[in-house]
Amino acid sequence: MNALSSLAPENRPIVIALGFTLVIILVGTGYTLITQGTAPMLMPSYLAQQLQIGAFLGICAAGMMMVILMGHIDLSIPWTLTAAAMMATTVGGYWAIPAGLAVGLVVGIVNGLGVSVLRIPSMIFTLGVDTVLRGLMVAHTGGFAPQTEATPLMRFLAADRVFGIPVALFVWAAVSVLIAGLLSRTGFGKAVYATGAKESAAFLSGIRTKRVIVGAFIISSLCAATAGVLLAGYSAKAYQGMGNPYLLPSIAAVVLGGTHILGGRGRYVGTLIGVILIVFLNSVLSIMQMPEAVRQIIYGAVIIGMLLVYGRETTSRN
Amino acid sequence: MIAKTISRNRGFAAALGLFLVLFVTYHILHPRGFSTAVFIQNANETVAIAFVAMAQTIPVLIGGLDLSVGAVMTLTACIASYLVVGTPAQMILGMFLTLLAGTAFGVMNGLIVVFGRIQPIIATLATGAIAIGLALLLRPSPGGDIDADLNWALTNSVFDFAETYGLADDGNAAWLQPFANIPVPLIILLVVGFGVWVPFKRTVTGRTLYAIGSAESAAKLSGLPVRRAKIAAFGLAGFFASCGGLYLAIQTSSGNADITQAGAYTLNSIAAVVLGGTSLLGGIGGAIGSLVGAGILRVISFYFRILSVDPLIQPLIEGLVLLAAVSLGALRTLRVKNKLELFR
Repeated sequence: MNALSSLAPENRPIVIALGFTLVIILVGTGYTLITQGTAPMLMPSYLAQQLQIGAFLGICAAGMMMVILMGHIDLSIPWTLTAAAMMATTVGGYWAIPAGLAVGLVVGIVNGLGVSVLRIPSMIFTLGVDTVLRGLMVAHTGGFAPQTEATPLMRFLAADRVFGIPVALFVWAAVSVLIAGLLSRTGFGKAVYATGAKESAAFLSGIRTKRVIVGAFIISSLCAATAGVLLAGYSAKAYQGMGNPYLLPSIAAVVLGGTHILGGRGRYVGTLIGVILIVFLNSVLSIMQMPEAVRQIIYGAVIIGMLLVYGRETTSRN
Repeated sequence: MIAKTISRNRGFAAALGLFLVLFVTYHILHPRGFSTAVFIQNANETVAIAFVAMAQTIPVLIGGLDLSVGAVMTLTACIASYLVVGTPAQMILGMFLTLLAGTAFGVMNGLIVVFGRIQPIIATLATGAIAIGLALLLRPSPGGDIDADLNWALTNSVFDFAETYGLADDGNAAWLQPFANIPVPLIILLVVGFGVWVPFKRTVTGRTLYAIGSAESAAKLSGLPVRRAKIAAFGLAGFFASCGGLYLAIQTSSGNADITQAGAYTLNSIAAVVLGGTSLLGGIGGAIGSLVGAGILRVISFYFRILSVDPLIQPLIEGLVLLAAVSLGALRTLRVKNKLELFR
């Protein structure tokens, strides 16, 4: 515990989350060794497959982190993801991926303007945008899964392997490098932390906080759109509600990675580890063939337990 | 006097006005005009969301958010589907235990927020998952067998209630006639809303909620019971959510651990709270406003039935109306003279 408390406060959660991830892998391996006498969780191919599925969550969480760093939240992730996937498969051909990303860009601009210019709390504005997007997609598809299929390029990016490594992992890595670089090496990154810590102070020191907020929401929606395009490639087509399982886990991953939910603090490495923790937790629970009920309980208990371990924060920021 | 009251409660007055306009227009446009049957049906469909919206209001007032209200409603509906059976005395005990379970869950949320010092939004996100897990353990598949008389009595008019239980000459007593056509669900909503929330608001603990939402450190320095008020806020949220769950179980005669439904109720509750004039920043608003807000949300969906709107564009209209309604609240930004006041 002494070693832990000597760490910088923003690194403590990251180390704890990493440790817990290792515990999960050890428990899962122990379980399979006892019941089946094998250790699939330690095999590279199994790890690669789990991380390939985790890539979609990882990309969503990367975008979500930008918004949470601002002290906001993006509840429009599910249908931004789905709309991007549906538009990509509808347009098809060479323009499939740009069409999907364009959806993300537009949604991000709308979210950003609503939150920064109209000053509507992000919680409710992005919720409204999510409902509108769902409405647009239901009207577009007639409420059924669209018959259009993912293009070969989308399928390559999501489902193929190069040198035995899933291509989706390369995409996730590229997004990660971009976001981490943006946060730690650019003025925009500094502005994001400053605006998230105290918007009025950032504004008074000359940061154009409106642009920063719009920028963060654009990145979030673009990430969700990227995940949508990939997910459509992975399952060969888009379908209703494909984005729903990604909202809460991506918030959980960001927070478990040590990013403060009120903004201003957090490192991208933490989010990365938070995603890996959730992916492995899910895969161990499915190896143990836990019913959905027990999974939900364990899931909730892990979030509460980890946050309690991360330490007591000061009660008030004012 | 009246003008002063309205200007002090502008958000609530606007919500009530909007609701009345929408509701009256709906009944004028309705092909059969105003009828008790339609009114009862409307009331029935509003009860659960109205209770969940009232539940959501209280954590919002202290500047927090409770993402577990829909899940607690689902969990308590599943509990009620086991407990609200048997003799009348057993059923009443079952209802009491159901409400107790929901309140206890809410208090647990409060304890985690206060003593664990975890932000409400993320703490309740996690406890919501736990509540859904418990609900799934109780009801892996939808089921339950709640007394048919109880279902009939609580989902119809006062007359039907009296007739079912042989009260007031089977509902034919002269003194009952002025009230005979009022839907029972509406009465339940108003009695619980006004009977629990309004007295609570006037206690020290209730006043402290508003103080916390306006300025937590000031509330603490003034010696207000901040911790107690926070725990009470989440406990009361659990209570209202379990009222919704109990009613839903009685209405459907069963318990159903539906994850999607729980999530939808939670999100709609936030929308209803905002429509009802409560500020998401805390300190302004109240549970009765959210009751009206939930009514607005429901009336909008009633319109689709009589206006023969293409079902495929209904979700789009719902979304646009929601977005437009919350954007109206943004009009204040146009009046603000000092830009720094925007950053609260």
